[in-house]
Amino acid sequence: MILTASESLLVEKGLVDPAALDAIVDTFEHKVGPHNGARVVARAWIDAAYKQRLFANGTVAIAELGFCGKLDRDVRVVENTAKVHNLVVCTLCSCYPWHVIGLPPSWYKSAAYRSRAVIDPRGVLRELGTVLPDDVEVRVWDSTADQLTLVLPERPVGTEKLTEQELASLVTRDALVGAAKVELPQQTGGRR
Amino acid sequence: MNGIHDMGGMQDMGPIQYEKNEPVFHAPWEGRVWAMARAVQATRKLRIGLRPPIESLPAVEYLRRSYYELWLTSLIERMVGSDLVSRSEIESGRPGEGTAKSKPPLSAAEAPAYGLTLASSRRNVQTAARFQMGQQVRARNINPAGHTRLPRYARGKFGTIDRIHGAYVFPDTSVYSLGDKPQYVYSVRFSARELWGDDAVPQDGVYIDMWDDYLEPA
Repeated sequence: MILTASESLLVEKGLVDPAALDAIVDTFEHKVGPHNGARVVARAWIDAAYKQRLFANGTVAIAELGFCGKLDRDVRVVENTAKVHNLVVCTLCSCYPWHVIGLPPSWYKSAAYRSRAVIDPRGVLRELGTVLPDDVEVRVWDSTADQLTLVLPERPVGTEKLTEQELASLVTRDALVGAAKVELPQQTGGRR
Repeated sequence: MNGIHDMGGMQDMGPIQYEKNEPVFHAPWEGRVWAMARAVQATRKLRIGLRPPIESLPAVEYLRRSYYELWLTSLIERMVGSDLVSRSEIESGRPGEGTAKSKPPLSAAEAPAYGLTLASSRRNVQTAARFQMGQQVRARNINPAGHTRLPRYARGKFGTIDRIHGAYVFPDTSVYSLGDKPQYVYSVRFSARELWGDDAVPQDGVYIDMWDDYLEPA
């Protein structure tokens, strides 16, 4: 297979170190992931000053928690509320804040999602299990440039007494790009 | 290029296939491709961007290949186009005779941090931004045969400057090593009705980050 050949060729030519490849795979399988984004969200929910810093400069505020570098590409954080719902897509390829929340799921990279998220975001959300009221404003963010978008989901009611860690455990991968809402476990059949 | 990759607004791609408890990689080879792409990037010798080789595939091939097959295609074309490997080396899987082995630029110790680095292409420019917050603009109607980040569905459409991001490397030239051409990037809001007509929900909108060259005053 061309793949096996490619790796051994690159190793033999000294372009890549197989141990470095192992380390990168391990990083993406076990280290980076939606749990990082969940911690950013939980912090913003309990700390108003942090939330303001997050909106002012997402990259720097996320770097405070150690989940990206200050010189990395811009992370734009947008807030979902009762009145505004943000949804992230990359119609041209698969841009996603993977340096913060890990590699995107298949549905995000799929032609079905990429093509329709901009023309029918409400239908796409319904397909993914979220029905939006008619009076909500939908903002779709097409990731065409350096700016990568992270959604700050709406904090569910009834979570006032939860700790930061407990709050983080509620935040799912899909909520970080606006494809789902954050719900308390009893409100949902299966968490996404 | 007016290619299949530029699919925003199409409606015939079928339902969204949602996979529960999806693994990061579905097979080990996918992780190897991703890691190789990151590690070869670290050589800083690639002269072609990630996307042009994918975007210039015939549409049928683009849709047929899996995500990481596309990445592998891109990596191979970029390495060949940047003289890091030859086509015959790719075909045979072995280095050509007399090839000196270099030292891999990325060590295992550096790999986790480098793997997660997504470097900004922001540049300092001395000029002021051409457009102001709240200004009406129009996305130019351009149809370049090469790479662009101006989606087809926005061309010719009127929008409003929502945010001024600063200046960034211009992908239409930089992906071919034809110059960084740094220029302002703006977040432009297009109303759903402007993009899709009167049946769209009036308050909805799409925000697209646009380089200055993609815009003209309205």
